[in-house]
Parts: sequence; C-alpha cells; structure tokens
Amino acid sequence: MIYEVPETVDSAVALLSGATGSARILAGGTDLLVQMKSGVVEPDLVVDIKRIDGMKSIAQEDGGWRIGAAVSGAEMGEHQALCAAWPGVVEAMELIGSTQVQGRATLAGNLCNASPAADSVPAMVAAGAVVRVAGPDGVRDIPVEEIPVKPGKTSLGKGEFVTSVFLPARPVNSGDAYLRFIPRTEMDIAVVGCGVSLTLDEAGTCTAARVGLGAVAATVLVVEDAAAALIGSKADDTALDKMAAAVSAACKPIDDKRGTVAFRTHVAGVLAKRAAKIALARAQG
Amino acid sequence: MSQIHVTTKINGDTTEYLCDPEETLLDVLRDRLALTGAKEGCGTGDCGACSVTVDGRLVCSCLTLGAEADGCEIDTIEGMADGEKLHPLQQKFLEHAALQCGICTPGILVAAKSLLEKNPSPTEEEARYWLAGNLCRCTGYDKIIRAVMDAAEEMRRAS
Amino acid sequence: MPLDDQTPGQKPGEARQFKVVGTRPLRPDGIDKVTGRARFGADMSAPGMLIGRVLRSPHAHARIRSIDASKAEALEGVKAVVTRADFGAGDDDVADILDNCMAGEKALYDGHAVAAVAATSAAIARKALKLIDVDYETLPHVVDVDAAMKPDAPVLHEGLSDETVPDGVSQNVVHRVEFGHGDVEAGFAKADKVLERSFKTAATHQGYIEPHACLATMGTDGIADLWVCTQGHYMVRNTCAAILGIDQGKLRVTASEIGGGFGGKTTVFLEPVALALSRKANRPVKMTMTREEVLRATGPTSSTSIDVKIGMNKDGKITAASADLRYQGGAYQGSPADMGSMTAFAPYDLENVKTVGWDVVTNRPKAAAYRAPGAPMAAFAVESVVDELAKGFGLDPLDVRLKNAAREGTKSSYGPTFPAIGLEATLQAAKDHPHWKAPLGPNQGRGVACGFWFNFGGDTCVSLNITPDGTVTLSEGNPDIGGSRASMSMMAAEELGIPYDQVRTVIADTGALGQNEVTDGSRVTFAVGLATIKAARNAKKVLCERAAMVWGIDPEAVEWADGCARPAGDNAGKFPPMSLKEIAAIASNTGGPVAGHFEVNAEGAGVSFATHMVDTEVDPETGAVKVVRYTVFQDAGKAVHPAYVEGQFQGGAVQGIGWALNEEYIYGEDGRLQNPGFLDYRIPVASDLPMIDTVILEIPNPGHPYGVRGVGETSIVPPLAAIANSVSEAAGVRMTDLPMSPPKVLAAIQNG
Repeated sequence: MIYEVPETVDSAVALLSGATGSARILAGGTDLLVQMKSGVVEPDLVVDIKRIDGMKSIAQEDGGWRIGAAVSGAEMGEHQALCAAWPGVVEAMELIGSTQVQGRATLAGNLCNASPAADSVPAMVAAGAVVRVAGPDGVRDIPVEEIPVKPGKTSLGKGEFVTSVFLPARPVNSGDAYLRFIPRTEMDIAVVGCGVSLTLDEAGTCTAARVGLGAVAATVLVVEDAAAALIGSKADDTALDKMAAAVSAACKPIDDKRGTVAFRTHVAGVLAKRAAKIALARAQG
Repeated sequence: MSQIHVTTKINGDTTEYLCDPEETLLDVLRDRLALTGAKEGCGTGDCGACSVTVDGRLVCSCLTLGAEADGCEIDTIEGMADGEKLHPLQQKFLEHAALQCGICTPGILVAAKSLLEKNPSPTEEEARYWLAGNLCRCTGYDKIIRAVMDAAEEMRRAS
Repeated sequence: MPLDDQTPGQKPGEARQFKVVGTRPLRPDGIDKVTGRARFGADMSAPGMLIGRVLRSPHAHARIRSIDASKAEALEGVKAVVTRADFGAGDDDVADILDNCMAGEKALYDGHAVAAVAATSAAIARKALKLIDVDYETLPHVVDVDAAMKPDAPVLHEGLSDETVPDGVSQNVVHRVEFGHGDVEAGFAKADKVLERSFKTAATHQGYIEPHACLATMGTDGIADLWVCTQGHYMVRNTCAAILGIDQGKLRVTASEIGGGFGGKTTVFLEPVALALSRKANRPVKMTMTREEVLRATGPTSSTSIDVKIGMNKDGKITAASADLRYQGGAYQGSPADMGSMTAFAPYDLENVKTVGWDVVTNRPKAAAYRAPGAPMAAFAVESVVDELAKGFGLDPLDVRLKNAAREGTKSSYGPTFPAIGLEATLQAAKDHPHWKAPLGPNQGRGVACGFWFNFGGDTCVSLNITPDGTVTLSEGNPDIGGSRASMSMMAAEELGIPYDQVRTVIADTGALGQNEVTDGSRVTFAVGLATIKAARNAKKVLCERAAMVWGIDPEAVEWADGCARPAGDNAGKFPPMSLKEIAAIASNTGGPVAGHFEVNAEGAGVSFATHMVDTEVDPETGAVKVVRYTVFQDAGKAVHPAYVEGQFQGGAVQGIGWALNEEYIYGEDGRLQNPGFLDYRIPVASDLPMIDTVILEIPNPGHPYGVRGVGETSIVPPLAAIANSVSEAAGVRMTDLPMSPPKVLAAIQNG
C-alpha cells in the first residue's frame, strides 16, 4: 500500500486517475480503517485529502454553507451558524459513532461509504444538499441522492472524489430534523433513519418539504409522497399520519441482524412523524 | 514495502518513527514506542480503549494511521499525570473505585479529560453520552460517572 | 490463648469489631492502572519475539480432508506453522480442550482454529494464513438447542451420549440430570392455579474488553515460560502441560493484569498453540486475538430453551414446581444445564420440586463459564412464572417470595439443607426501600426477582512473609480481577493489627506457590481471604514465640493484640509490648525469617442470594426499553471492601441488563456468526443506564472467620427476570424470549 498526502485537488485527482490497483480516499478513516482491518478492502493506494486547501473549512456561499470533505462531525457541531441553519443535518452527522469517531468522521465519507444506513444522508437529502465532485474532467455538482447507487458503491468514476458538500441557503420559516432508531442509545448503526425538512408560509401552511429515509432500502430514499402529504397542509396530525403512511409504504427493507421488515416499516412512519414535528417546531421558530 | 518517516510530538516530546503505511497509530504507540497504555479492545472504533487526542481532538488511535500523525501533537494516558501529581480525574477514579479490571481505564480517563476541557460543568447525561464510546464491562459505569462528576467539581473549584 | 476464631476481648457470639475490614482504602494496583503502566496480556514483549496468528474455519461444520501449509512455510519471515498434527494425543481429560484449541478431524463451528503460524511480523503472519490451503468437506450443521435435540438433527459427535440420555433424542444430547424431592404431580393437583410457560434465551458473551493474549517461550527441553491474561494461571499450567505432554513443574506461568474475564478466561484457547509454535520456532511467540476472534471462538454462554410449571394457591403459597431446562453448550459437552437445574428453584422452600436438565452440543463455540454459569437463564424462567402467578392473584410479588422463601433449615431444591442465609433479608430490605413505593410514570413498569448462587472454595495457597523492616508481603495465586489484592491486604492487616499500607499483596507465578484453583465461583475473597487470615495467624504464632524467647517466658503466655506481642496476663510477667517491627528486626537472631503459610481445599463458601428491583419504560410505538431505576439488594456475608462489593453488584446487574435487552449471538442460515464485533454485539454503554443503587446486607457466613461470602456472581442471576417482569408490566404483555430487543417488544405489543 502507498500512502499519499497531496496538497491540491489536481494532484489528488492525478494520483487517483493514475492508480493501477485499488485506490481509496482517506479523510476521517472511520470506515476505511475498519474495512482495512477486516480485510474487506486492501487498497494499493490511499490518498489522504486532509492537507488539501479547503477540505477542512466550513464556508458561507450564496447564503448557504459549503462543508469541506475532511470536516469532522465535531467541527460541524462546534460551528454555531451551521447548527442554526441546518440543525437536522448537524444532528444527523453527530449521531454517527462515538465522541472519538466524531473527532474524525466526515459528511463526505459517510456519503461515499455508500451504506444505506448512513445517518447523515437522509438529512442531507431532506436538506437538498449538492455534492461537488472533482475528477479528471473537472468539477461537477451532483444532488446528494445520486451519489450512492447500491450498498458500498457510488456513482463516482475513476479519478473522482468528493471535495465538498453544499447545503443551500435556508428559506425563512423553515426547519429540518433527523431521527434514527437504534437498539441502544449510542454506538449502533441506524435500523431506520428519517430526515425531514419543511418550509411554511406566513399562515403556517407547508409550502415545501423533503423527506429522506435511510436503512429501509438499498440506497437512501427520497419519499415524494410523504413530502406531498405535508405540502399544502398545516402539518397537523391528519397530515402527519398521511405522511407516516406514505413513508411506511415507501419502505423496501430487509430482515437482518439489526431489524425486521415489519419493524423497519412501522418505525419508519413513527420516526418520520416525530422528525416532522421537530422540523415544524423549528420552522415555527 | 517502504516505510514512512513521521515526526510528531507525543505528550510534549518530539518523537520520530518509521511506520508501515497501513499501520495504525495504536500499533505505532504500542509496538514501536512502547506506550502500551492505549489498549486494543476491538480495533474497529467501538470500544474506546485506544483513545488518545490528536491536536487536542479525541480520537480512536485504532482508526488513525500512524502516517497521519506527521506534524501533529498526540496526547496519551502516559502524559496525563504531571510528574508525581496525578490529574484530578486519575485521583477521583482511585477514590471512587471507578475501575475494576482497569483495561478500559486509560481510554476513559483520556476521554473524560477531553470532556472536561470542552465542558467543565457537564450534566450526568452529558457525561454519559460523551463516554458512550468507551465500553466498560466491569463497573456498570456508576462509579465512573460519579468519579467524572466529582473531578469536574473539584477542577471547577480549583480554577 | 484464643488465636483462632476470636480476637482478644471478643466474647463468644459478639459481632467482631473490625478496624480495617469494612473500610474503603485505595487499591494497590490503582496508580498503575490510572497511568497506563499496568501490564495486561498484550503489553509484554520479548527479545526475538514472533507474532502468532490463527487460521479459523469459515464453516459451521466441516470435515478437514487435508491441510497444505507448504506455501505459508515457504514465505519469508514465517518461522513455524502448526496444525493438529503438531500436538500429541494428549490426556483424555484435556481432549476436548485440545480439540477446541486446534481442530482435529472436523471443524465444529464458525471460527474453530485449524492452523496457526508464527512470523516475524503481524503482517507476514496474516499473509501466511492466506497461503494455507484447507480442504473442507462441509457438513450439515445445527445451532439451535431444540433443533439439535431432534432425532434427525445433524450429529456433531457419534456415540457421545451417556447412559442418562433416554432413547428418541439426538446423539447431540450428551447428558441428562434430575434434581428435586416430593411429588410434583400431587402438588400441582392441590394448587389453585397451575401455570406453565416456555422461555428462550439467546447466547451471550462475557464481553471482557481485553482480548485473549499471551507470550510463550518454550525450548526443546520442555522448559517453558508463559505470560498470559487468565483467571487461573495454575489451570493454564496444568492444562497446557497435559496438552503438550510436558511436566507441570517445567512450565512457569505468570498471570498478567487481566482485563476482565467473567468466567471466559477459565480455560485455554491460544496458550497451547503459542507454546507449540514457540517450541517449533525455538523463539518467543506472542499471540493476541482480535475482537472478532474473541466473539467467534471463545466462551459464549449457552442459549437455552426452558419450560417451567408452577402450582400456586391464592394465598401465594407454591404447592409444586418443575422445570425442563435445555442448554446447548457449543461443540463439546459441558453446558451448565446441571447448574441451571440446581439453582432454578433454590430461592424457594418447596415441598414438591423437580428439575430436569439437558446438556446438548451444537455447532457453536464451546460454552465457557459466564458469571454464575447456567443460573441467570433458569432464574429468568422461574421468576417470570412466579411473578405472573402472583400478579394473577393480585398479590404483592415480594410478599409471595417472602412467603415461599428458603431460610435456615430449608431443604434446598438441589439437595443440601441451608444454614443461615440472607434471602429473606434481601426481600425485606427491598420491601422497606423507597424504590418499592416510588410512583411510576406512563409506560413504566416495575419488576423484582430473586437469584441464588452456590459460591465455591477450592484449592488455595497463601504465603505471608514478614520483611526485616516489619512490613508484610502476601503472595497468593489468584489473578485479581476486581480488587482482591486490596481485600487480601485488608484482611492480613486486620489480622496482624497493622495498617493496610504495611501489607503488599502480589499475585505469585506458578513457580512460587502450590496449586490454586481458578479465580471463579466467587471464591477469591472467601477462600484466599480465609487462607490469608489463617496464614497471618500462623505468622502471629511465630511472632509470639519470638517474643516469648526474648522475654524468657512460655510462648503460650504470649498473645497478639493491636499489632504487638503482649504477655497474656499479669501472671505471664510484665514486659512492654513488642511490635511486629521490633520482632522483625531481631528475627535473624531469634531463629530466622518469620512467615506464615496456609494451604487448604477451602470448604464452607456460604451460598448467596440477591433481590433486584428495576423500573423500565417502554416506547409503545417502537418497542424501545429504557432502564430508569435499578436497585440491588444482596447478602455479602461481610463486605471486606464495600466499594468493591458495590462494584460487583453494579457490574453484574448491568451485564444482566445487556443480556435481557440487546445482547445476542446471531447466526445466519449458513451457521456463521453475523455479529462478531462490539458494533452489533451490543453491550450496554454509559448512556443506556441510570445509576445502579446498591444495598449490602451482611448475614455472616459461618464458614469464614470474618463471615465473608462470595459476591461476584449472584448479582447477574436476578436481572434477566427482574427486567422481564418490569418490561412485561410496562408493555402489558408477558415477555418470554430474550433478548427483549425492540423488534420483539414491538411485535409483542402489536400482537397483544
């Protein structure tokens, strides 16, 4: 294995493009090192992107926030303006692993690990996050939900890597939230995860909503029917029940060591409702 | 396989080592530098026994490459006491019988020190969540949490 | 001169006044452990050391047709490869242990060791493992206990069943036991209500945070040294010597600090392999397990399937009780079905009782002891039925238990008649505690349950040596898991009448003392404590003789009090007291060094009981369970170091919480373990728990000079049942299947 620490995006892309064997990006390493330890992954090249300019920064841009690919969850949690703008995304990120894992784990890494249970991804989906990818053909921006294509696999091509995640400007009277279900209070992988973001008009009617679901299908789900159930409503109990039913209907989960089909399907609706209530309260200020 | 030359500061002392590219910081500390206070309980970031700080940030050394430590400052359990004076957390762990077998103790002390540096007045719930990544199988955490809360109070009084 | 059972001035029957015992001094190994310098199993190195790694079977059940290690042996840096062929036949009584350490004809479970290498680095060792070709013929497997008992189940070992096993069940049933007395059918006929329920418990792991590790050095002459984390280095010596065919006296084993055991380090796994690799390579070999190896290949407990039937009258009196307990113990015989059967009804004074236990083998790792082996599952089943009957009659569950409680003179369900025991005291303390009367919130329930453990004694050697400056070193042979060095120093100091800090207790290697039983059975504070007290008394006898020599009086006229030899009375003569330090200083001139020894197979351990009370809250929409309040009531006999007694109570309760709620071995259809890591083998984390309150009862054990009973194991017996009773109340539905993970609780609520 070769370990490289490029200082520019271009040199990182060059290293990745020129790799003859398997190549991996190292930002926080909290997934990569576990996979290397178990022998699931034996990379020939590891590219540590932390010394590339911009990878460790959280910057305001067009009223939104650009989060570098190597920014840790702990750094996001300490950024007050980011927490105020997108509390659901930050909370989702902060749910991943322990305090120790928070010291290293990144949004981009959580996304590119392509686990259907990644906590930050449904929240980013709800937030309408856009991912910036650098590669041999230059830079492109992609909606977050288009990155994972199946468990463990992303849509990134050879030589490409995520350099940042952009959270758009937060409209007025809007709020987001993320909840997950785990058997313990910490340290587990989500059995179900649900992110909700919604916007209200002056009268308190929901004008826009996005609902993201994790751990109930091969990739994160964007549940249009759930959003539709909220839009035009006051997000009252009737609307929330309709949204929860839409969420449960969208689930295509499996039985595994973490939960059953029936459990995941039911709890997805429960969590969606609870998350929507938090998002609503935030939108109402 | 060519080794990587790394220069770090460990517990305040400049330290150089050569390591393999895939070698973890935990392996470097334990096998190359004879700093065996950090323990490998799982190797996957699930138990916290290998906790250290890198540039002041609490991490699992089993989830960090030794090569990544170049230019960083690392603090381990071996640097926690100031000469013959124990850190208040170390003293309170003894007084509260907050350890039984002691294998998790270094990691918990490093993590608790990091907590109190960030939040000198944690609630019990905050302490429990901060330490959720440090598994202890002997104590049921009761005496550990009491020791951390007591140390926090003493450190607040002393400051 | 009453040196033996009383202190001077103590009247018969009067409670002894302690000066050191019962206090909370700091532990002698504390500074090492808070500074990171304590040396655990993996913390030792040797010059020229190799790293050993094990190749493990990916199959649940497979015949090993052949193993070709030639490519691994040819790899640069590889210094030895061993397979079963490198071990002799070994003694019969270690045959299963050897086969578990290194598979013979068959791999019997996912993770079973089939070969091992020693190389100059861990990376080379790992690479070498991949170069070993094992030709497997996979065989049908079985991991469930009930499935394994069926006549058509895949058979692990032909002809293993003994004469106790009836016809019509699989050969996987190794042994059947039966305990009890009276006529249960007649008893059931008299009951106002008879309730029969079936229960299941998943296998759980001890979950010690320190993986197994050792450092072995062995020469071709059979002289060997081993550094190892273990609960019993004398056991390691004897077992490894038998496996390797060497003399026990040639193998010196030193116990490292041990990072938790809970029963799981009462046998060997890596140790004989490391010695065999070292012998073959003629270099020191260090071996450590990964967490995955720990979970796949070491000591889980049994999974069980249990039927319980209890008859009760409407006043709460139990008329008869029976249980059928089926325990799979992994790939070899020896599940704790027998101990489950003996402990199941031990808390009750029953006229008619019968338990039947079944020891069953399956394609899982060999079960190792886990804290009160076999008892928690039995208590879960029995205490659930007692609870349901009590609540069905509208009776207070504590009153029902008090009404039926075993007490002094009760003929126990497993045979012996109890001496003074503390069960009623724990129940009464529970009833009087504010927790019992505290209001419950919405979706909350409160559960109680009792638990019993025998406690053991066993072979014990202690050597107490007095240094020329009058301080004391105490050598004992039991690894210190939870603070026993402090407790031994306290008992020695108490007996000698000197300050605690004047005694240092060390864990001696196997070359320094005679045979010592493993640190198990909650035996150490009792048995090693007893031996320590007796050794101190032997030393005091010598000290008195030396003073008598100086004073020129009869040794019988000298007594020991408050750390000094004194004339026993005015008739003995008037001499100023001689302190231990003064006598030590002149020891060389009065006959030589002073020491006290004691060697015993300790009996009279004194059984122990506990009652646990727990409040849980159930989220009716998700099935999530939160433990909101927990109180332990347990008899300690005499708490030598109360903080460590509390620690044992708390630790056992929390392991029980894990077992009850989330811990389980999950096997796939392929018979492979699906959750071999702390990510999905979910032990409780700090944020899962409230404080664990403790109430120490002290009903002295007549078998110990200070009244000590073991406390380590009883604390894990009641929690499974207490939590199940609490969750059943909170959820409004009886939970009979552990763990009560959220999907199961939610399904139970939804199915009513």
